[in-house]
Amino acid sequence: MLEILLDATVRAGTPILFATLGAIINERAGIINLGIEGLMLIGALAGFAGTQASGSLLVGVLAAFGAALLAGSVHGFITVQLRGNQIVSGLALTMFGIGTTALFGRSMVGLTIEGFERIAIPGLSRLPVVGKPFFNQDLLIYFSFLLVVAIAFFFYRTRWGLALRTVGENPAAADTCGVPVTLTRFLAVTVGSGIVGIGGAYLSLATTPMWIENMTAGRGWIAVALVIFASWSSYRALAGAYLFGGITAMQLRFQAMGTTISAHILQMLPYFFTILVLAISTIRLQKGASQQPEGLGQPYDREDRK
Amino acid sequence: MAMTTLLQTRHIRKTFPGVVALDDVSLSIAPGEIHTLLGENGAGKSTLMNVLTGLYRPDRGEILFDGVPVQFSSPGDSLAMGIGMVHQHFMLVPAHTVFENVLLAIDGVPNFFSRRKFQQKVQKILDEFALDLDLDTPAWKLSIGAQQWIELIKLLVRDCRLLIFDEPTAVLTPQESARLFKVLTRLRDQGKSILFISHKMREVMEISDRVTVLKKGRSLVTLPRGEYDENKLASLMIGEDQIPMWIKPACKYEELALEIKNLSVRNDRGLADLDNFTMKLYRGQILGVAGVAGNGQKALAEVLTGLKEATSGRILAGDRDITDSTAKSSYIAGIAHIPEDRKTIGIAPDMTVGDNLIMKNFNSRAFRRWIFQDRAAIRRNAVAKIDQFAIKAGPDGNPIRYLSGGNIQKVIIARELSEKPSVLVALYPTRGLDIGSAEYVHKVIIDGANQGMSTILISEDLDELLKLSDQIVVMFRGRLVGCVDPQTTTREEIGLLMSGEVQK
Ligand SMILES: Nc1ncnc2c1ncn2[C@@H]1O[C@H](COP(=O)(O)OP(=O)(O)OP(=O)(O)O)[C@@H](O)[C@H]1O
Ligand SMILES: [Mg+2]
Repeated sequence: MLEILLDATVRAGTPILFATLGAIINERAGIINLGIEGLMLIGALAGFAGTQASGSLLVGVLAAFGAALLAGSVHGFITVQLRGNQIVSGLALTMFGIGTTALFGRSMVGLTIEGFERIAIPGLSRLPVVGKPFFNQDLLIYFSFLLVVAIAFFFYRTRWGLALRTVGENPAAADTCGVPVTLTRFLAVTVGSGIVGIGGAYLSLATTPMWIENMTAGRGWIAVALVIFASWSSYRALAGAYLFGGITAMQLRFQAMGTTISAHILQMLPYFFTILVLAISTIRLQKGASQQPEGLGQPYDREDRK
Repeated sequence: MAMTTLLQTRHIRKTFPGVVALDDVSLSIAPGEIHTLLGENGAGKSTLMNVLTGLYRPDRGEILFDGVPVQFSSPGDSLAMGIGMVHQHFMLVPAHTVFENVLLAIDGVPNFFSRRKFQQKVQKILDEFALDLDLDTPAWKLSIGAQQWIELIKLLVRDCRLLIFDEPTAVLTPQESARLFKVLTRLRDQGKSILFISHKMREVMEISDRVTVLKKGRSLVTLPRGEYDENKLASLMIGEDQIPMWIKPACKYEELALEIKNLSVRNDRGLADLDNFTMKLYRGQILGVAGVAGNGQKALAEVLTGLKEATSGRILAGDRDITDSTAKSSYIAGIAHIPEDRKTIGIAPDMTVGDNLIMKNFNSRAFRRWIFQDRAAIRRNAVAKIDQFAIKAGPDGNPIRYLSGGNIQKVIIARELSEKPSVLVALYPTRGLDIGSAEYVHKVIIDGANQGMSTILISEDLDELLKLSDQIVVMFRGRLVGCVDPQTTTREEIGLLMSGEVQK
């Protein structure tokens, strides 16, 4: 029972985990990205179409990464190079994503593909309780574990990571140390967006191997909120994503047991609880020093005095 | 002259919307010299330095490095050529640790660096400068002086040929400045060039090989050591031969303005910032507070202005207890405060100079009509204050953050002293001001004292303390360790007290 719940938790949490990680990379460099929902949809459609056309899941994932990276580069160009308003540009990206995927996805509706399959990791998958849920999963989930660790390592153990964080905190400080601020921010936005795209692709390649219009159903917005809950750390992003996943798993279980509560209400629960936990945890956070990158949302102009 | 030059600028001009920051600057720096740049607040010193390091692009003019024309499109470019700079406003990441702040400035750190190796390296550098700092402390927790040292170290770890220091000593104690000067002379003797900016004449006279005077964005003259003295430089800079000196009448010690009894304040780490502190302040008195920065001066200012709570002890205003009563808030409103950290608690950076000037009394009838602002009155007030304090403010409606460091400081002083406060708590009020402005601030404080304002003057500048104070108290580790009469004391006596030698 617990094993089944945990398993469903991980599977429901993974798309949000990717999206949150991608958003964290954006924000650590100082750029707010409200286009996450749109990027996930673009990733979901591109991933599905790529796999459909080539028959290869790897091609699908790469297509999702590439398409979202491309779409994200528009946000990057507007906010970094042109110093446009990050909120407006992000919202436009989300609307763009919803619109274009609805349009180009029409021909994909009803098609099917062979989705990701579970691969048990010898040894580890035999562990009691956690073995099956964590080590008898598909490749994308293993990749997400790796990514969580890799991002933390990148931020805190590499010079590029330090440069990226400095750019997000105080771009002038980075600039005067010779860090190319514009390039760093642009790369963070594009690569981060690409990772968000993989989160979308997980929905169309693993969760339900098909394309459904607007299949992200607001998960992108949850990811945006989880960034704050996670206080911009990849490990806490994992916790936040699995919190959402866990409640999703439970409500599915309730539905399967055939309760009289309306399915609509049950489907609302993961969103509701995630926001609730988020609100409470930020109240607690406000007491200590804020973890938010200080330069978040502020365009950098070298000749402007701060 | 047959002198070789390392760097030369020719007819540099730089404008910002509505402001000509640099009009026409020509300057040359020789290898192995300490070259001081002198000029009033807003003369364009920082702007010129920012042009030399590629932060600002000049509108016109030429920069030659090693005789070759160069164009810097970013600070990275100038660093690559060996030009480094310590900025007047800190370029630190407050949330990052000391280690992280320094690491980013070190050249040639591999992407996958060995944390252990570089921690050792940074620790060695800190030890070299006798800095007792923990590598893992976030920068925001450090004192302003310590933050300045981190900035200095960020430059000194690089192998630069030209090192630019924009008012590095403004926040250092005299002892720390002396330590920095040892480093500078050593670098000079190794053949490096140093561009140095300071408003402290004593330092300029001590350290410079040559001095260039900048006035209203133009380079006036360059004089080698021996061809100038304090008076000559001052008159070149301000254009007046004699800076007026103000004499303060002695305090009468009649009416008690403020009494602090056994006050203690603890900081976040639970240590005592103020320890059983007792003192009296009379009406019209200027009470100087001497002490090495970080010995509780800031805490003293903060309890008196209501920014911090006392853990024990009492503050009495006349016969009213204002330690933590409702009387406190009304009393606090009558206290003027010139804080140490100008940019974060002194001003609202994005608001205009005019709005910053009325921040304390925006609600007064003078600046509103019913519930609406009286923009005309606010503007009139701004024009008057800008004129009175000789603030170089740029076009009307410019946010205050565009102003030069010294001019921001003048706005704060103008605002705080405009309401005829009963008590002034001033932390380092003339830090970063040019000599003319510093003199003017002294005059304003003395005028206030004549009209009954009591001043607590916290300063590291012994000349300033000796000149203005009726009485000087010395702080050490949060305690009052001595009280001397400026007429009879000596610099040595105060120095001894400051280092913790208990009074006889
Ligand atoms: N980025 C900017 N935007 C607008 N105005 C600026 C900017 N930088 C400098 N200025 C203006 O240029 C003039 C010169 O400023 P600068 O900071 O160079 O003076 P300074 O000589 O360094 O003075 P201080 O001794 O007070 O530091 C000032 O009037 C200032 O308002
Ligand atoms: Mg300056």
